[in-house]
Amino acid sequence: MSVQTAADPGTRSERAPGPTPPKQRKPSLRQRIWRERWAYTFIVPGALFFLVFAYVPMLGNVVAFQEYTPFRGIEGSPWVGFANFAAITADPEVLMALRNTLVIAVLQLVFAFPAPIALALLLNSLLSERVKRMVQTVVYLPYFLSWVIVISVWQQVLGGGGMVANLLADFGMPGFDAMTNADSFKLLVVAQVIWKDCGWGTIIFFAAIASIPNDRYEAAAIDGASGWQRTWHITLPALVPVATLLLILNIGSILTVGFEQLLLQQPMVGAEAAEVLDTFVYFRGVLGGQWGIATAAGLLKGVIGTILVLSANKIAKRLGGEGIY
Amino acid sequence: MASLAQQRRAGAPWLSPPSPGIRAVKAVVIALIVITMLYPLVYVIAMSFAAPSQARAGVVFPTEFSLDAYRAIFNGGTVTQGLQNSLFITVVGTVLSLAATSMLAWGLARTRQVPGAKAVLIMVLATMFFSAGIIPNFMLIKYLGLLDSTWSLIIPGLISAFNMIVIRNFFQGLPEELIEAARIDGAGEWRIFLQIVLPLSKPVLAVTGLFYAVGYWNTYFNALLYLNDAEKWPIQVVLQQYVLAGVQIPGATLPGDAPPPPGVTLQMAVIVLATVPILVVYPFLQRYFTSGVLTGAIKG
Repeated sequence: MSVQTAADPGTRSERAPGPTPPKQRKPSLRQRIWRERWAYTFIVPGALFFLVFAYVPMLGNVVAFQEYTPFRGIEGSPWVGFANFAAITADPEVLMALRNTLVIAVLQLVFAFPAPIALALLLNSLLSERVKRMVQTVVYLPYFLSWVIVISVWQQVLGGGGMVANLLADFGMPGFDAMTNADSFKLLVVAQVIWKDCGWGTIIFFAAIASIPNDRYEAAAIDGASGWQRTWHITLPALVPVATLLLILNIGSILTVGFEQLLLQQPMVGAEAAEVLDTFVYFRGVLGGQWGIATAAGLLKGVIGTILVLSANKIAKRLGGEGIY
Repeated sequence: MASLAQQRRAGAPWLSPPSPGIRAVKAVVIALIVITMLYPLVYVIAMSFAAPSQARAGVVFPTEFSLDAYRAIFNGGTVTQGLQNSLFITVVGTVLSLAATSMLAWGLARTRQVPGAKAVLIMVLATMFFSAGIIPNFMLIKYLGLLDSTWSLIIPGLISAFNMIVIRNFFQGLPEELIEAARIDGAGEWRIFLQIVLPLSKPVLAVTGLFYAVGYWNTYFNALLYLNDAEKWPIQVVLQQYVLAGVQIPGATLPGDAPPPPGVTLQMAVIVLATVPILVVYPFLQRYFTSGVLTGAIKG
């Protein structure tokens, strides 16, 4: 396996290409810009792209403070201050969406987050390299399938009239349909996430396992540590920094749970079980025409998410971890 | 990657193989995982070829086969149109994305020398941590007049910050002497980029290209949001309509008086057709996963 990675990009950019003149008078800013004028032909189009498609839309969030209608536009729509935010806090549907979002997010933290760690440890403990490769090939695959495909496939297997339903009907238990059962829906969502992404999630842990020096295992083995003890005291601690990093990212996105995944299934199980904040924004705003309220909900969600990720990062650093930046 | 298995083979006698009991448990767990992952896909593929009688009866696995579902689908109509649309979006989008991303990556590869490059880099990286939200994005696309245009599925996602960093990392690892020599020989920056940098970067362009391609092929929500015209729908939206929302597939009939294939096999066939391109590129993709190209960039 070739390791082409810039192991430490930070230091690499310091040692940049191009001669660094020793002890010359530093060229002025204008001279430096002129000397690198060609570089800007590479940078400017991309910078403009991000400006237009990532930063300009941020301005669109002002409609959260308007009674916006597409017909009147931003200029013509009346300003309403924080009325939309007040409306959100009083809206039972928002509360329902928030509760669903948090429940699913917590379930994912409990079940979907540790799953790749367990799978990576299991695969790493395999003796046969060939079996390991084969299993990896299988478990990585679903990550590349779209949610539409994944849900369609699950529907054909676990839905009403699906394979399991047919099988159970043959044994005299008709009416099985896991896809429309509102009570178990949140667990179904987590199971789908594990099915789709767990294999892919192991890659980063494999990278961490590969970086553990051999002599640690050797020394532990000589001291009489069993296989379990070596896993517990050497492998697992080596995964902690990566796991912390991923946990931070997960906490930061706690208000964002599988948007497409839920959007696709909501018609089947109903809003009561499947409405989350993002689907609320879509249904209320784009389809329902209450643009101001929907945007306000989206904005609030975005701001809280950013605060969460920043605080999680700070806490991780305080606990001696690395943090993302 | 020196796994435990390799260490064992490399003669690390201190790693003794586990007891037979533990090995048996592991084998069962692994087998269950593989079956859970593969069986649904195998089942869908098999059922798309199932003979009408078996598909209607609902079997656990078909034993009689028929190509009717595919014949009906390729008879013309929405599904073929959707596949064509997706193919266009994927090919054109991937080419444009690679061009735009590698250009920006090369421009930002020398943040020390180029004044302002660092600021642009930070501006790009920041986009990985926030998004303007569904409605502001929708408003922008509407304002730009891209609603109901196939380009609305390509242009807004032209450059991914993550892929840009992956390519930039690779560029920064290229031998400086080579580029410096070309510069001294009087080659312009664009010539250096096109004739030296890009040819040397085929591996990273291949992997980011494949990831872009998968992303474009899987485009669903943006199409749902931006395209009203069913003629322009990519296959994912078609799939959602006919499999999940249960709309009848128009035009999926067999020539002559033959009865149309059962809805179930048609649905299965649409799922298979939407999945096949991913299965085709998957072996190529897989070669690159573990090669550090990606993992090295996660903490750029």
